[in-house]
Amino acid sequence: MIRGLFLALLFSAAVWAQLSVPPLTARVIDQTATLTSEQRAELERKLREFELRKGSQIAVLMVPSTAPETVEQYALRVAEEWKLGRKGIDDGALLLIAKNDRAVRIEVGYGLEGALNDAAASRIIREIIVPRFREGDFFGGISAGVDAMMRVIQGEPLPEPKRPAIADGGIGQVIPVLLILALVAGSLLRAILGRFLGGIVTGALVGALAWLLVGVLAVALIAAVIAFIFTLFGGGGYGGRYGGGFSGRGGGFSGGGFRGGGGSFGGGGASGRW
Amino acid sequence: MRGFGLAIAALCTLLLSGCGYNELQRRDEQVKAAWAEVLNQYQRRADLVPNLVNTVKGYAAQEQQVLRQVTEARARAGSIQATPELVDNPEAFAKFQAAQAELTSALSRLLAVAENYPQLKSDALFRDLQAQLEGTENRIAVARNRYIKAVEEYNVTVRSFPSNLTAMMFGFKPKPTFTVENEKELAKPPRVDFERKAK
Repeated sequence: MIRGLFLALLFSAAVWAQLSVPPLTARVIDQTATLTSEQRAELERKLREFELRKGSQIAVLMVPSTAPETVEQYALRVAEEWKLGRKGIDDGALLLIAKNDRAVRIEVGYGLEGALNDAAASRIIREIIVPRFREGDFFGGISAGVDAMMRVIQGEPLPEPKRPAIADGGIGQVIPVLLILALVAGSLLRAILGRFLGGIVTGALVGALAWLLVGVLAVALIAAVIAFIFTLFGGGGYGGRYGGGFSGRGGGFSGGGFRGGGGSFGGGGASGRW
Repeated sequence: MRGFGLAIAALCTLLLSGCGYNELQRRDEQVKAAWAEVLNQYQRRADLVPNLVNTVKGYAAQEQQVLRQVTEARARAGSIQATPELVDNPEAFAKFQAAQAELTSALSRLLAVAENYPQLKSDALFRDLQAQLEGTENRIAVARNRYIKAVEEYNVTVRSFPSNLTAMMFGFKPKPTFTVENEKELAKPPRVDFERKAK
């Protein structure tokens, strides 16, 4: 028991001494002020386009040093906290550069370990990144390294990225369509079939459509019930808030910020030094 | 004492979740999953060894001793039946650990020897194998850390009140974990790098 306590203390001390993981505010985070803002923006654009095209999330982090941890330990902590890659597909990758340690690591999510395996990652570091870093060309090394990573991942059959319209807004994008449908069909059907039957038919219609668009049965059911209630009790104007409680989100990318999609990592990848 | 136990048992039947029974089950499963991952990664390493040994042999056949040590260490590590139940047997667990640690050090000796053979070092296959080995050692370290964490959570549940009573009744015992001294040494993937200064 006392030993356990001691261990816990030791452990918490170790945690305390660790370098903190920066918040994931962008795909490219440079804490060493090595890259110019144009260079950062270019990398950012490249990585964002790749995510839209392929669905896979890649991030670049540049820190002065990872001490007291090794670059491997720190990279894993960053990857675990940022959760790059889509949930369940785990197609995230992190390029970590510890400038003063002269160390670089590619951390690979579970889902990419097949294509971007250790040997491939090691080759990218050895043959593409390190030679450029040795000459002091950090942007060139990162850019070419990221290109190579994207090329390798491109060859991996991954699930299609979700369409931005759905992925970005989720149910939010669908609500206006459903609202109009419910309004028009609801009042029409109520006139034809009467309040109760009209409500049921409208509810079924809206539910089916919601299911088709969102693909989540629970959401469709809720939408159906709401449509039913509105048609049942709705009189003249539909002034009320319609389905205001929805806040589902699909993808990891939202608005201007950037966040991980929930991917997990298990220590795959490679490291190198220059 | 008996009456007390019976009373607890009756209470627990009514409120199994309140007594941490479900929690114990969940933690137990987590430990098993974490352990399976550890075994998985050790196996991955063992699978790499024959290829690595053959590649090194092609350039440095005279390093018989090191090559033999690696092969033997792999055979010993492989001879231990690495079942999930191993976790519940501290003695077998220690033996398993020792065998894997032996393979770790034999492999790092092999890589150290490889440094003396420039041709071997520039062989593309060898470099790929080396990268894979390093990656696997890192995965082992990660899997071990996650196992340690899972066991820690499990053991805390087994030992703390009131779930310790449930644990006692259903025979959940604290599980062994990797020792810390060992852990420090193994948490770092073996790296052969003579340029780097010692800290």
